[in-house]
Amino acid sequence: MITETTEGHRSAFMREVMAETPGGEQLVHCLQCGSCGGSCPNGADMEFTPRAIFSMIAANRRHEVLASNTMWCCVSCYLCTTRCPQEIPITEIMYMLKRTSIAEGMATGTDAPALARTFTDLVEKHGRSFEFGLASRYYFFNKPMSLFKMGGMGFSMFTRGRIQLLPNKIRQVDQLQAIINKAKEIGGAS
Amino acid sequence: MAEKVGVYVCHCGSNIAGKVDVEQVAKWTGQHVKDVTVARDYKFMCSDLGQKLIEDDIKKEGLTRVVVAACSPHLHEKTFRRACSNGGLNPYLLEMTNIREHCSWVHSDRAAATEKAKSLVSAAAERVKWQQPLEPTYVDVNPATLVLGGGIAGLQATLELADAGHKVYLVERQPSIGGHMAQFDKTFPTLDCSACILTPKMSEAGQHENVTLLTYSELEEVTGSVGNFKVKVRQKARKVDYDKCTGCGVCVEKCPRKVLDSEFEAGMGTRKAIYVPFPQAVPRTPVLDTESCIWFERQRCGACRKLCPTDAIDFDQEDELLDLNVGNIILATGWKMFDCDQIPQYGYGRLANVFTSLELERMCNAAGPTAGKIVLRDGKTVPKRVAIIHCVGSRDIRHNAHCSAVCCMASLKFGHLLMEKLDAEVYSFYIDIRTNQKGYEEFYQRLLEEGMHFVRGKVSEVTDAARLPEEEGKLIVQCEDTLLGRQQRFPVDMAVLMGGMEPQTDARDVGLTCGISCSMAGFFTERHPKLDPVATMTDGIFVAGACQGAKDIPASVAQGAAAAARVQSMITRGKVMIEPIVATIDEENCSGCRICNNLCPFNAIDYDETRAVSHVITALCKGCGTCVSACPAQVITGAHFNNQQIFAEIEGVLWDAMQPTEATDASDTAEVSAS
Amino acid sequence: MKYAYYPGCSLESGSAAYDLSVRAVAEVLNIELEEIDDWNCCGATEYFTQDELVATSVIARNLALIRPDLRDVVAPCAACFLNLKKTDALMQDDPAMNAKINSALGAGGLHYDAGRVRVCHLLELLHTEVGEATLKEKMVQPLTGLRVAPYYGCQVVRPLGGLDNPEYPMKMDEMFKWLGADVVDYPVKAHCCGGHMTQISEDAAFELIRRLLQSAVDSKADLLLCMCPMCQLNLDAYQGRVNNFFNKDFQVPIIFFTQLLGVALGIDMQKLGFGKEIVGAEPIIQSRLAEQAAKANA
Ligand SMILES: Cc1cc2nc3c(=O)[nH]c(=O)nc-3n(C[C@H](O)[C@H](O)[C@H](O)COP(=O)(O)OP(=O)(O)OC[C@H]3O[C@@H](n4cnc5c(N)ncnc54)[C@H](O)[C@@H]3O)c2cc1C
Ligand code: SF4
Ligand code: SF4
Ligand code: SF4
Ligand code: SF4
Ligand code: SF4
Ligand code: SF4
Repeated sequence: MITETTEGHRSAFMREVMAETPGGEQLVHCLQCGSCGGSCPNGADMEFTPRAIFSMIAANRRHEVLASNTMWCCVSCYLCTTRCPQEIPITEIMYMLKRTSIAEGMATGTDAPALARTFTDLVEKHGRSFEFGLASRYYFFNKPMSLFKMGGMGFSMFTRGRIQLLPNKIRQVDQLQAIINKAKEIGGAS
Repeated sequence: MAEKVGVYVCHCGSNIAGKVDVEQVAKWTGQHVKDVTVARDYKFMCSDLGQKLIEDDIKKEGLTRVVVAACSPHLHEKTFRRACSNGGLNPYLLEMTNIREHCSWVHSDRAAATEKAKSLVSAAAERVKWQQPLEPTYVDVNPATLVLGGGIAGLQATLELADAGHKVYLVERQPSIGGHMAQFDKTFPTLDCSACILTPKMSEAGQHENVTLLTYSELEEVTGSVGNFKVKVRQKARKVDYDKCTGCGVCVEKCPRKVLDSEFEAGMGTRKAIYVPFPQAVPRTPVLDTESCIWFERQRCGACRKLCPTDAIDFDQEDELLDLNVGNIILATGWKMFDCDQIPQYGYGRLANVFTSLELERMCNAAGPTAGKIVLRDGKTVPKRVAIIHCVGSRDIRHNAHCSAVCCMASLKFGHLLMEKLDAEVYSFYIDIRTNQKGYEEFYQRLLEEGMHFVRGKVSEVTDAARLPEEEGKLIVQCEDTLLGRQQRFPVDMAVLMGGMEPQTDARDVGLTCGISCSMAGFFTERHPKLDPVATMTDGIFVAGACQGAKDIPASVAQGAAAAARVQSMITRGKVMIEPIVATIDEENCSGCRICNNLCPFNAIDYDETRAVSHVITALCKGCGTCVSACPAQVITGAHFNNQQIFAEIEGVLWDAMQPTEATDASDTAEVSAS
Repeated sequence: MKYAYYPGCSLESGSAAYDLSVRAVAEVLNIELEEIDDWNCCGATEYFTQDELVATSVIARNLALIRPDLRDVVAPCAACFLNLKKTDALMQDDPAMNAKINSALGAGGLHYDAGRVRVCHLLELLHTEVGEATLKEKMVQPLTGLRVAPYYGCQVVRPLGGLDNPEYPMKMDEMFKWLGADVVDYPVKAHCCGGHMTQISEDAAFELIRRLLQSAVDSKADLLLCMCPMCQLNLDAYQGRVNNFFNKDFQVPIIFFTQLLGVALGIDMQKLGFGKEIVGAEPIIQSRLAEQAAKANA
């Protein structure tokens, strides 16, 4: 079955991934060896291993890739990238897939985009964040019930002075916001 | 008297004509380049008919100079020089210019490529007028040959030449000849015993009247050129007198110092301070390793010297430098194994039961350190499950980009041996199974029948961090089974790393000594990958075996024999031509500054003390021109590359800049050149 | 030695012990750390999942704020370190991105010349730039008898971080050997702690944490040394929940490596932020050092 456009002998999706990822041109050298899929600490939870994702990209199965949970299992540990015999920037490709999936509203069934959004909202408002506050705020809005599970742990963190109730604010928040707005206006990856 | 130049522009089928308007180039040259009396284009100049064109024109038109605009002189300069000779013209009155590799193949714009071709042809035609007739010299070929490396490839070459009646010096770095094949037990795909087929060749080389065996020796220096190389070989001090020693072995037996043998036994066994690497070694003369000998540490012991029945031990023996004269050199320096500890996730050196393929070879060998028993590092436990890991350091741009070509087959061989000897479960972890020689695919089928397990996936890591009870105390091989698309973990007792074949660490130095180059990976570069696989760019230097690229025994043997055949044809011919393109010093005007003496990369310049001038030894000069440009008195001339010739060539290239006024009357070309 | 200092958000809040100990250790070793004025959050990995240009511009603001006379910046947090390093490298390698980032910075009146500062990891600074001789010289309390498991985490040792061997790093091991500790070798010292998976998919993260704790226990380590706030949080704060989940009883103290370095340099434990960890580390350290003192007296 050959239904995909293959301009320049590459599927449209492959060209897109290569263009939107720093160092993405290297993807054409993938041997399908599986070193990445075998290395990933979260590989067992992925619907498709990174290797399988690359073969799906070559086959132009854009929708299936962007709707999968693979990139959301990625914690950017760079182990796959370290081991890939073809020096393919796998972790950066995972970031690219996350970005594209969020942008197209296909990141369903995962909390990660909402978590990321909560986090960056905080940064845009205050200029700083706080890791534990992040979790509690996120859970408060998104999964209030789970706060009970965390209860004891939150308490011990609090008594050790490890939970802040408000993040610090930087002096020149407006300068940071101007930079962020400008970056959003220019837009796009490399 | 004006010269009569004939210009021939080749189409090379469509190779040149596809991008260059060859007819226009010929026509233009005939009209615009001075002294051109004949200008033709022709479909294939190298064909018999093409050559005939040149011959006939020389005879009929009285041509005094010839230009061929075609492919590279590497390919056809000889052809056209011969055509000139046949026509009665000195062959050095020919100039070739390359309008294929330098023009049609590298440009896409037809008009511009045609313009460039005109410039190149014009340059050649201007220069050729200044060329002078030269006479090549011929020297006798020394029929002796040096073979460097006594592995299977070197042995084959040695025996072919020696059997044909020619003298061979076989120089081997190790104490014995045999190379890697001597370490193996069985050889794929037929599983014949390695020693059974190798040992006869080794002893034949050791006893052959035409072979001088120089083991424990290294190449120091090569000078001269094809037909007459002068070679310096360093024979390292074995501390044993080769002539007196009978090989009785008493010294080895009595030596009290045992050390790890990291070479022949790949670290799996021990040897004495004075040792013969393996029982079938040739020669049987032991080598005393001064690094581990007690005598050399603190002047004690001396047991070997006391007990040697022939007084052959000589603690004071020193390295010896031998000067050899040979006509040709065959390099057969083989390969070395990738250092498996460069891939930390495979745990070699950290996890005891991770082995390299060479270590396993030694264990399989009945004469090896475990007497043929395959056991874990503890020396007794027999492994029940074994993982064989392919492509270790191969097909990996972080290490060796190339495929090592033999390890898939060696894996299958191990699979067979492990199942046969231990009835073990054997897992092969592969990316692709490469079995593309005669009988190899059949061997793969055989292993499928025998029940070897194949998992497609490059191994991610070998670890001892157990996650499940059944993994406790085992090595766990983790990978993606790419055919299932799932991450898998395999608990095993032993993991074998199929390390790749790399060039020897000093291959680049050996190449430099002999004046040949290496590929990016470090393997010696052959003259042509398809049509001339054992010759090199330096005449008289040949390569054979794994030093030219990863390969198996049959291919190494074939190359050894091929290199020998090439050398034999040189010996039979008896003479080689020395190009007359050399430098000459106008000794009358040489100031004797000696600047050129040390610059010559081929040591071809002598200094005449009595007359206080420098002098070029024609037989050694390669015409590189270094001295020519360096001489402050400008009294060195490079034949075929003198100033007049080069300036004329430059003016020819710049023909359009040279004659601004004439451009108006050449209206047809002015248009094109403007585009 | 003077360095620009980028503490990062975690060190201001949940991982104050890291900040306290870094500053205390630096003082004893005569390293001047000058905090970047008005620095902002590096965005961790969260911006990269949304917009690469925003992500890198937010990070680059910090680089641009570094005083022109300072050539090196130290960021103890793994995520901050990697983000600063990655952004600087991207700006050096990719002229188009460099232009875009600087154009965004321009909107805030800032500019950064790619490559102007060197992004330096704390471990590199202490292990290589301060070095063995000085550390040994300043040591007042050898760590003899203490079994420590250095834990490197993932990102900083990978090629991008370029700190050490990406699969089997040794620098922290070496450093604590110099200080007399009994450094255990265990196979997962550069494996992933689960990162933010603790907040997305607990089951997956807990399994990763369990593997690390199990390996530390198997190697009989007294405590585990971290160099990243996320690792410390995951291994320490989630340890109880991992125990419940797998029905285990791990009690592995997890501290920052600078805290233990501080002990060796004779700094008061309070000043080093001890007591903030959930599985307390003080008792085991005290008792091992006491055992050692007793042995020395005997
Ligand atoms: C694990 C393993 C198993 C294998 N099993 C098989 C098999 O079953 N069947 C098969 O067909 N192939 C097998 N091979 C491939 C086989 O080893 C090679 O094809 C063969 O060794 C090539 O022979 P060679 O003479 O070119 O090189 P080598 O065997 O490497 O011999 C080269 C010789 O040159 C010497 N030398 C090197 N440098 C110098 C120097 N500078 N000066 C002097 N001497 C020097 C070396 O000491 C050595 O003696 C196997 C390879 C591996 C890795
Ligand atoms: S490790 Fe690299 S080459 Fe191998 S499958 Fe993954 S991306 Fe492809
Ligand atoms: S970087 Fe992401 S995909 Fe790669 S191994 Fe780590 S978690 Fe898996
Ligand atoms: S002198 Fe050296 S080589 Fe000879 S027996 Fe003693 S230790 Fe062995
Ligand atoms: S004892 Fe003497 S003769 Fe015998 S092997 Fe040794 S050196 Fe040779
Ligand atoms: S021969 Fe097989 S194992 Fe060896 S490098 Fe090639 S593919 Fe890998
Ligand atoms: S041209 Fe001069 S430098 Fe070159 S080889 Fe001849 S003598 Fe030596």
